[in-house]
Amino acid sequence: MDLRLRGSDPTPAERATVDLFLLSSGVSEQANGRAANTGHEARAHRHLLLPALHSLQDEIGWISEGALSYVCERLTVPPADAYGVASFYALFSLRPRPPLVAHVCDDIVCMKKGAEDIIATLQDKLGPESSEEGAATWLRSPCLGQCERAPALLWQRAGSDDRSHAPASSEAVGRLLADGLFDAPERGTAPQTETPRDPRLRLLRRIGLVDPTDLDDYRGHGGYSALRRAVRLGPEGIARELADSKLMGRGGAAFPIGAKWDAVAKAPVRPHYVICNADESEPGTFKDRILMEEDPFALIEAVTIAGYATGAERGYIYIRGEYPLATHRLEDAIAQARARGMLGGNVMGEDFVFDIELRRGAGAYICGEETALMNSIEGFRGEPRNKPPFPTQVGLFGKPTAINNVETLFNVLEVLAEGGPAFAGIGTKDSTGTKLFCLTGAIAKPGLYELEFGATLRELLDLAGGVTEGATIQAILLGGAAGTFIDTSDLDLPLTFEATRAASASLGSGVVHILDESSDISAVLLRIAAFMRDESCGQCVPCRVGTVRQEEALQRIVAGRKNASGQDDVALLADLVRVMSDASICGLGFTAGVAVKSALERGLLTPQGSNS
Amino acid sequence: MSRAARFKLGVIKRTVELTIDGVAVEVPEGATILDACNKLGIVTPTLCYLSTLTPVNACRVCVVEVEKARVLAPACSRKVEPGMVVHTDSERVRHSRRMVFELLSSSVDMSLVSGEVKGWIDSYGSDAARYGPPAPPAKVGERDARHAGHHHAVDGSVAETVAQPVKIDNDLYVRDYSRCILCYKCVEACGEDAQNTFAIAVAGRGFDARIATEFDAPLTDSACVYCGNCIGVCPTGALMPKSEYDLRQQGRWDEARQTVTQTVCSFCGVGCNLDLTVQDNAIVRVDSPLEHSVTHGHLCIKGRFGFQHVQNLPD
Ligand SMILES: Cc1cc2nc3c(=O)[nH]c(=O)nc-3n(C[C@H](O)[C@H](O)[C@H](O)COP(=O)(O)O)c2cc1C
Ligand code: SF4
Ligand code: SF4
Ligand code: SF4
Ligand code: FES
Ligand code: FES
Repeated sequence: MDLRLRGSDPTPAERATVDLFLLSSGVSEQANGRAANTGHEARAHRHLLLPALHSLQDEIGWISEGALSYVCERLTVPPADAYGVASFYALFSLRPRPPLVAHVCDDIVCMKKGAEDIIATLQDKLGPESSEEGAATWLRSPCLGQCERAPALLWQRAGSDDRSHAPASSEAVGRLLADGLFDAPERGTAPQTETPRDPRLRLLRRIGLVDPTDLDDYRGHGGYSALRRAVRLGPEGIARELADSKLMGRGGAAFPIGAKWDAVAKAPVRPHYVICNADESEPGTFKDRILMEEDPFALIEAVTIAGYATGAERGYIYIRGEYPLATHRLEDAIAQARARGMLGGNVMGEDFVFDIELRRGAGAYICGEETALMNSIEGFRGEPRNKPPFPTQVGLFGKPTAINNVETLFNVLEVLAEGGPAFAGIGTKDSTGTKLFCLTGAIAKPGLYELEFGATLRELLDLAGGVTEGATIQAILLGGAAGTFIDTSDLDLPLTFEATRAASASLGSGVVHILDESSDISAVLLRIAAFMRDESCGQCVPCRVGTVRQEEALQRIVAGRKNASGQDDVALLADLVRVMSDASICGLGFTAGVAVKSALERGLLTPQGSNS
Repeated sequence: MSRAARFKLGVIKRTVELTIDGVAVEVPEGATILDACNKLGIVTPTLCYLSTLTPVNACRVCVVEVEKARVLAPACSRKVEPGMVVHTDSERVRHSRRMVFELLSSSVDMSLVSGEVKGWIDSYGSDAARYGPPAPPAKVGERDARHAGHHHAVDGSVAETVAQPVKIDNDLYVRDYSRCILCYKCVEACGEDAQNTFAIAVAGRGFDARIATEFDAPLTDSACVYCGNCIGVCPTGALMPKSEYDLRQQGRWDEARQTVTQTVCSFCGVGCNLDLTVQDNAIVRVDSPLEHSVTHGHLCIKGRFGFQHVQNLPD
């Protein structure tokens, strides 16, 4: 490939940042720059593009043309291509930006918990959104995955680690801007792990008890016994246990994990890869974050088991870019596991090879879609691929790949601990095991909850102390922005895959968001519509344009304004929802209109502007 | 799929039998539903598909209904499977095709698409006006500056479009992205599928995604070598030779006065076929036939733009 660069030079600091990153990634400096940097060897570095861009954003605070050009030269990537990748992600800035940036969540949970007050404070102290000058600026953000402690902020800091800030307040934000002192991150909230501790916990069994920074403490709490058992069973034995367990994926699609791993294990093409999908960006979801922050070694162990079972020697954990604490804990856990021989050339002395690489997303919900995630790791735009072929045959780098959600992988440890048939005895016939729920809104104790499948919504709410005192439920959003609304007549709905499906709803990522009489459902819907528009990758017409038209029509309906063309906007929305769910490429488009449709069906949005 | 794989000849292939609109059809293994439709003479609308480019299946106008599948499938890239039952004219298919054309025409200037595409837009009953009056065009550079994951607040009184000023930064061709449907064809032609120059790529995200050079630099500063292969594949007139653009601006472009003459490029020994569009005894545009085995429609700067020497015209 003959690169033509525009001749903008990096600053010494930018060059040093990129050099340091590449050195740490094992890319050697070429004696004569580009000339030697061609051919297969050089192109094989494309997958380092995203982390290289991260290194610049982290250290310098933005990505200049000279810096991008230097990255292109070192990695042999055409600059237009690299620009296309960098401009895909919300956390990267391609224009100068102050070193401190507050990303303020104004999404479905935080909007009701004072997000606009915080925004008013920031506006007052720092001026309008996204200024290029000054010591700090602020930006609105979609859900930051800290919803149980809303309202939430993410402080992006050039030259220093990023910080989550939740619960935040106008006062705390004002104080922080004055003194520059960042508090230590707060722990996630899982009320069942507080005293008196719920004895039924499985996935959360170690949370709050184990030291997340200490491999020995993890082993002291039973850690790595599942891997030991896995090795004793061998890949086929693991496949049998998983098939018996009837464990289904928790990432949203409820696909049986046994079938997925088996397909990869048997795929003739080599090498195989495993990926843990830790991109958790569905508004209202924070379960994977708490698991990773509080019990990171368990994820390392589970991914290692995935590698062993599918014949992969390399695994990736793709974590969303807005999770600094979980990222830090996992980096540390991987380093400890390597140092102690739990990853590497002879894992646990059991004579198999496996290592894990941690990759950070950069602000793109769509990168949670499995094939978009793979493109993102490979250094391309996070655009989903058309399926078939499925990742079990053609996945990461075109090779057979098993990709699973964090919670799914935690369940694998349980399956191995108890045995597949015993695991299948938990929950219901078609939804086995336990499920994590992210409970927020008008509820006494918001937080992460674990319940056996089959428990009803009412039982979940009771566990959380019931609705906020004095509040009455108007509606419940199940499954997040891609989810559906239900109401109090559904309180006895068992929270299982089959029962929610029968009720035309879906558990999705486990979001249960309670809206009381004081909640503005129109505002929630408008936020969801804006979210879908912002997060569409833009590849296919139904979703790229459909999400825009959906937001416009919804705005008119909510404002009680007539469509200037005399169209019935409710019918227009129905047409849009249909083409998005029928003709899009991926799940984002399929579900982009689901929440709006369900709100209309439930009469939660009374169209005042319709002509009908 | 690599080009080599697509043009491989001589391999004996098994055939696959499927049913389309109630008619049984047999096609070679590895063929697409579109191939099978073509064999039956069923016309399928396409926008982002071109036989010489890797399918990106992005526009979704070619969708068909495959029995037992939850969602519609893009005919241009979905491989046939034995026993597949396909419907190309069901209500579901017609709805999606109508809506895709409608969403595009409501946001993009489609006035220069081919007569065939215009026919489809009409026959599927697309009504671009349903979404209200179009929003005013973006100012120079505004769309290029948009940040992923953020958009300005809308109130629904006008319909967003991609309208923006034309980019004229060189003497050979113009880029009028108000006409861009984001079919990815130019990017593919500039990249791996033909030119291997990689001067342009898709940048940004969602509705603000756009075709761009690095940091939206003018073409003259980019890697572009002016082969014009992007022009050759653009289905909407977003990319256009300056010669054609100027005539159109002056109101002098007149297809009734044009002839197309086929010849062979005289610059080198490769032997690329050229289609010269001539109006009033002057060459106004050069293309190469898609079916030509040497070029597959692609040329270089000399063949595409080097025609001044054959016509000694007063200014
Ligand atoms: C728009 C979109 C976003 C998604 N985000 C996530 C995510 O953040 N985490 C996740 O595990 N799965 C997500 N998924 C689902 C994945 O594509 C995939 O099904 C999942 O990772 C498979 O893991 P599982 O089988 O363990 O559930 C998303 C899907 C779509 C369409
Ligand atoms: S449905 Fe939306 S997010 Fe998915 S590929 Fe299409 S444009 Fe991208
Ligand atoms: S003229 Fe050729 S090199 Fe320039 S952008 Fe078009 S295809 Fe690429
Ligand atoms: S400029 Fe033309 S070829 Fe390129 S994406 Fe737009 S419409 Fe397609
Ligand atoms: S952090 Fe604000 S909604 Fe999730
Ligand atoms: S022609 Fe098939 S998706 Fe565009």
